[in-house]
Amino acid sequence: MTDISRRSVTNLSAIPKEEYIYRCTSACAGCSSSLCLRYVLKAAGPDSVLVVPACCTSVIQGIYPATAMNVPVYNVAFAAAAACASGMSEAFAATGKETNVIVYAGDGGTVDIGIQSLSGAFERGTNFLYICYDNEAYGNTGMQRSGSTPLGARTTTTPGGKPTSKKDLDRIVEAHNPPYMATACSAYPLDLYKKVRKALSIRGPKFIHILAPCPPGWRYPTEKTVEMGKLAVKTGVWVLYEREFGKLTINGPSKAAMRKPEPLEDYISGQGRFKNLSPETLDLMRQQVEQNIQRLAREEEGVC
Amino acid sequence: MLTIATGNRAVAEAVKAAKPGVIAAYPITPQTEIVEQIADYVTTGNLESRYIPVESEHSAMAACIGASVGGVRTFTATSSHGLLYMHEMIHWAAGGRLPIVMANVNRALGPGWNTWAEHTDAFSQRDTGWLQVYVGTVQEAYDATLMAFRIAEDERVLLPVMVNLDGFSLSHITQSLETEEIGDFLPPYHLPHAIDTENPRGYGPMTGPDNYYRFRWDIERSMRDARGVIAEVESEFADRFGRSYGPTEEYRCEDADVVVIALGTFGKEAEVAVDRLRDEGIRAGSMRLRWFRPFPDLDLSGREVVVIDRDYSFGFGGVVAHSIRAKTGIEPYSVIAGLGGQEVTYNDIADFVRGRRPGEETWFGVNDHV
Repeated sequence: MTDISRRSVTNLSAIPKEEYIYRCTSACAGCSSSLCLRYVLKAAGPDSVLVVPACCTSVIQGIYPATAMNVPVYNVAFAAAAACASGMSEAFAATGKETNVIVYAGDGGTVDIGIQSLSGAFERGTNFLYICYDNEAYGNTGMQRSGSTPLGARTTTTPGGKPTSKKDLDRIVEAHNPPYMATACSAYPLDLYKKVRKALSIRGPKFIHILAPCPPGWRYPTEKTVEMGKLAVKTGVWVLYEREFGKLTINGPSKAAMRKPEPLEDYISGQGRFKNLSPETLDLMRQQVEQNIQRLAREEEGVC
Repeated sequence: MLTIATGNRAVAEAVKAAKPGVIAAYPITPQTEIVEQIADYVTTGNLESRYIPVESEHSAMAACIGASVGGVRTFTATSSHGLLYMHEMIHWAAGGRLPIVMANVNRALGPGWNTWAEHTDAFSQRDTGWLQVYVGTVQEAYDATLMAFRIAEDERVLLPVMVNLDGFSLSHITQSLETEEIGDFLPPYHLPHAIDTENPRGYGPMTGPDNYYRFRWDIERSMRDARGVIAEVESEFADRFGRSYGPTEEYRCEDADVVVIALGTFGKEAEVAVDRLRDEGIRAGSMRLRWFRPFPDLDLSGREVVVIDRDYSFGFGGVVAHSIRAKTGIEPYSVIAGLGGQEVTYNDIADFVRGRRPGEETWFGVNDHV
């Protein structure tokens, strides 16, 4: 096994060759969350356990007796992932193990049904990494709205477009003052890899929120998954940043996007879920994007 | 060591002796004293466990599940609404074959809001795959909790165990308690399917119809094997510590014409009633049901049976009464009594026997004829 801890990572070719997800999973074509998990596990290495609530990943891992993962995966009820990870982390501590405990949960299991256990685990200071891969809907069950579905997006339960905004999960997590939290996007795997490495080097509760574009849910062609993620960042809809011990750093791609954002329409128009968006809703989305960027920029400058 | 303790304190003492690696708990009346006492043991260094003060009972059981599969002995305690709130994870614990031990202080369910004793909370978990034992004294609360770890962790069982004690009427009353130096009565925790990153596996993944039922059957097979394991463990406990238990506790049953069957404190109360009835020339006996899952084989042939249910299955009947009916073919006199802490004395129990009407059901204090 390659000693990944000694390897400096400055480009994709330096990422370990070891694979912890086998080929030919049941993921949809163009699935970005399974791509993300591939990099998460490469960063975490073999001494890791995934705790997975009901979500796309619990399908992607395969049907008993097969498994698509080369690390132990503990499947647990929808609302229970963070609490289960708390128990596991304490058990490993009690037996002197350094094993990484990583929750890999979708947005529904995080911002909706799982938020109580997430909050509890962060408040208690559980030593674990919680990763929310956010495809902005209940993808596993066929694209129903979640609390993370953005304003205006059509889902099977918001057929006229979601009338309310995306729940700001990151500000909720931030209120728990974890030692490390970050955003990431599947279109920037090297950035994600580094963030997972950094998170796992810190004791206590860590959080990474990954925007994970979803071809069937967002209704775009499968080959556009990376492009869609890049557009989310370049338009400022998704801002890449890290907050280490409370100090915010906006990452390079988002710095560039904040100086000269691409038009929001470029992101919206490529997705069937935003079809027939009203001009008023588009304006409101634009305002929200700008307000979010300004708030983060002010915080980075130490103004607030 | 001989001391005086409440039922709750006895459970906490047994947990201290069992030395779990992780305890995850949330307080709820009337269980609270258990988790407070354990928190105190951990804080003062009298128990080297990791204590997770969770934000809900659902998370308490989820944390126990994570810890148990993570490779350590685990314990939690709950009651009533707390038990129901963890219901989803109760199934998950049994399905995951995790030997978690939990004390459940039996309490009624709202509305109306009621903190007193009733068995409906535990019976609502009847079909989850947990073993269930009901205790009648403070000493038994201690002994059963200790034995629960041994039974749950036996490789022939590997199922969670729920130790039930009546709210207030046992959790908060004081009796004498003999605590033990347990030595090697509990071997080190060993879970054959504990998480091992050297041997990666999927735990609880999607399972199709062709395999799912096999897992269910495996739980049932272990439930059946558990009867023998319980008998072994209780026998060894009796040899070591001098107190013996069985699937039922029988009192003056040998020559009884009529047998009172009840759980928990009513089962002990019935013993006093039996003495009264014997003085009147009625040949009565008491059979306190200790293990409810696995349900014991009962020999009641040729006897009349009076069953006291501190529970009810609406639209059907008392849960214990219909269990007895189904298991033995005997039509008991079914008395529904003690719901939500309703006071039932040994005199009342004696009255149930005196006025018994086999095959009928009576709600004490509502439509009783006695």
